[in-house]
Amino acid sequence: MSKITSLADLRNIKANVEAKMSLRERSESPESMVQIRVAMATCGIASGAKIVMDYMINELDKRNIPAVVTQTGCMGYCYAEPTIEVTRPGHQPLVFGYVDAKKADQIIGKYIMNGELLDGIIPVNYENIEGK
Amino acid sequence: MTQFKMHLLVCGGTGCRASESEQLFQSLKKEIIEKGLENEVQVITTGCFGFCEKGPIVKVMPDNTFYTQVKPEDAIEIIAEHVIKGRKVTRLLYINPETEQAVSDSKHMGFYRKQLRIALRNCGFIDPENIEEYISRDGYAALAKCLTEMTPAQVIEEMKKSGLRGRGGGGFPTGLKWEITSKSQADQKYVVCNADEGDPGAFMDRSILEGDPHSVIEAMAICGYCIGATKGIVYIRAEYPLAVERLKIAMKQAVEFGLLGKDIFGTGFEFEIDIRYGAGAFVCGEETALIHSMEGLRGEPTIKPPFPSVSGYLEKPTNVNNVETFGNVPVIINKGADWFASIGSEKSKGTKVFALAGKINNVGLIEVPMGTTLRDIIFEIGGGIKDGKKFKAVQTGGPSGGCLTEKHLDIQIDFDSLTAAGSMMGSGGMIVLDEDDCMVSIAKFYLDFTVEESCGKCAPCRIGNKRLNEMLEKICEGKGTMKDLDLLRNLSHVIKDTSLCGLGQTSPNPVLSTMDNFYDEYLAHIVDHKCPSGQCKALLQYVIEAENCVGCTACARNCPVNAIAGERKGVHVIDQATCIKCGACLEKCKFNAVFIK
Repeated sequence: MSKITSLADLRNIKANVEAKMSLRERSESPESMVQIRVAMATCGIASGAKIVMDYMINELDKRNIPAVVTQTGCMGYCYAEPTIEVTRPGHQPLVFGYVDAKKADQIIGKYIMNGELLDGIIPVNYENIEGK
Repeated sequence: MTQFKMHLLVCGGTGCRASESEQLFQSLKKEIIEKGLENEVQVITTGCFGFCEKGPIVKVMPDNTFYTQVKPEDAIEIIAEHVIKGRKVTRLLYINPETEQAVSDSKHMGFYRKQLRIALRNCGFIDPENIEEYISRDGYAALAKCLTEMTPAQVIEEMKKSGLRGRGGGGFPTGLKWEITSKSQADQKYVVCNADEGDPGAFMDRSILEGDPHSVIEAMAICGYCIGATKGIVYIRAEYPLAVERLKIAMKQAVEFGLLGKDIFGTGFEFEIDIRYGAGAFVCGEETALIHSMEGLRGEPTIKPPFPSVSGYLEKPTNVNNVETFGNVPVIINKGADWFASIGSEKSKGTKVFALAGKINNVGLIEVPMGTTLRDIIFEIGGGIKDGKKFKAVQTGGPSGGCLTEKHLDIQIDFDSLTAAGSMMGSGGMIVLDEDDCMVSIAKFYLDFTVEESCGKCAPCRIGNKRLNEMLEKICEGKGTMKDLDLLRNLSHVIKDTSLCGLGQTSPNPVLSTMDNFYDEYLAHIVDHKCPSGQCKALLQYVIEAENCVGCTACARNCPVNAIAGERKGVHVIDQATCIKCGACLEKCKFNAVFIK
């Protein structure tokens, strides 16, 4: 490791580790950014939820959208797997079904970035205890 | 680059390590490699999360899942269920004692909700052995800002404006201390970090050094820049091996990165840090005694003035600050004095770390803004009293402090309000007492400590505390008189007024504050020869209720001194002259026939 001799060097190091630390930093205040939960129960994984999750993480990072992507258990929409729940800051969560990489791309481009609704939204039929 | 999608943070503080968190870390790693997840999931050892009661702790990011009391063998289930399938392992989640329901993540825990972590900002968040993680949290940016953009006088002005006061107990304004030392003329000056944490039950300094050692190093360098010192020394007790190890690693990394040594940030400023070990004497937390100990002399205090800022280590101007004080410095520089001064109460700015211990549900380390009420700390964050018992008092400030009672629960605590209430902030130890604690015995417990730790240099402390202790012992044995009470009070004031250093000047505080707040208990011991809490052995009797005794002989068989006589199926009797009050009979009796009188 070469020595740090200026503020710029320090910033460089910070930038280099940022990608690694951002996951932890963002978890500190998840409500201020886009939160995505990928249903990763057996049914979800079998239908390709893992690919969707990886795609989401990499794509959001590429487009520089601060987001927290977490995996969760079965949401109960096994017929529509893979399903993901997207919460934009200050908005109600929306659940999308039959998500593949192409659909994920549309969700990011339309809903997450611009708030446009698109096909495939599953009407939410549950309440979350965390919201209470 | 593929990104990790999950971080598993494992607590590596001394408390959790003692419950096998290192093995847990290894099994998590092993399990992750076995399942081929090493590119997706990262396991990191961090500093203390503060929730020591339920250690070892594993926190899963990004969902903030907070697992408690995790054993090495639980690694398999965490990986298989949570990491692979996304199902939280419910049995390891924190259970809210009130609702008895599992709490999904740390954001929903009462313990964390009211906390504001400034000094502990990185504890439980970064890997303390990785300087890059510290840098990513704006580490060393404050040092860079001071060296490249500010003059020493400007930095001191900023510190004064922030209102930061010494966190070691004295509460002296930090900026002012720096200013005084900066004005002393000398060829060499020293920055000393006081890590000789001696209060029973306090462990915030250890946790900061274990969880975020770089923040202390950075702050010491900033202080060196301000006062014109090129040498820093950390005086740390040798009983803190993990803190020493992490500090050494951090110092080595800082040197490698050019953040310690010569020409830091290309400004020509040089600063180096050394470690000195203390043998764990309470008096060495007093700055003059600490300096003598560093010089290789006996750890005895000397009269101030001269203050260390004028003549300290090797008779050079020396600035001594406590670990937690230093921990606040980089944040103040980064975020500004105004931000810091906006937190806290009128005369005490910022936050304070408290170590909760005793009869409280959430034993651990917490940080709250100054001005938070005791009620919030004990009942909200601390989760209330253990086993549903009644709150009696809280001892703050260690052996130098006093007891606060129910009527004090709503004072907003800061340096001045605690002193006004007859206690003190001290280094932030809080020992919670319930209805079963005898206040005379508590006063005696602290006096025992002070008598043991008095360096013996001055007579009031050496002899006076011994006499206080003897009188308390007499009272606990039921042999005290009303005259003793007057004597206790008078002698206490004499010791306070005439002792040389802070140790003696504050040692009678536990006696005075328990006498003020629990005078009835002293009277009960002296007049009625009773200990209301049933703690003082000399004042209690074990007796057998004839009505309930069925003559099972269980008590007689278990009595270690054969003090119980009685026929099978006949009523038993305890011979009080022989009884040693061990309580074995009470424990063994299944018919509630034995009770304490």
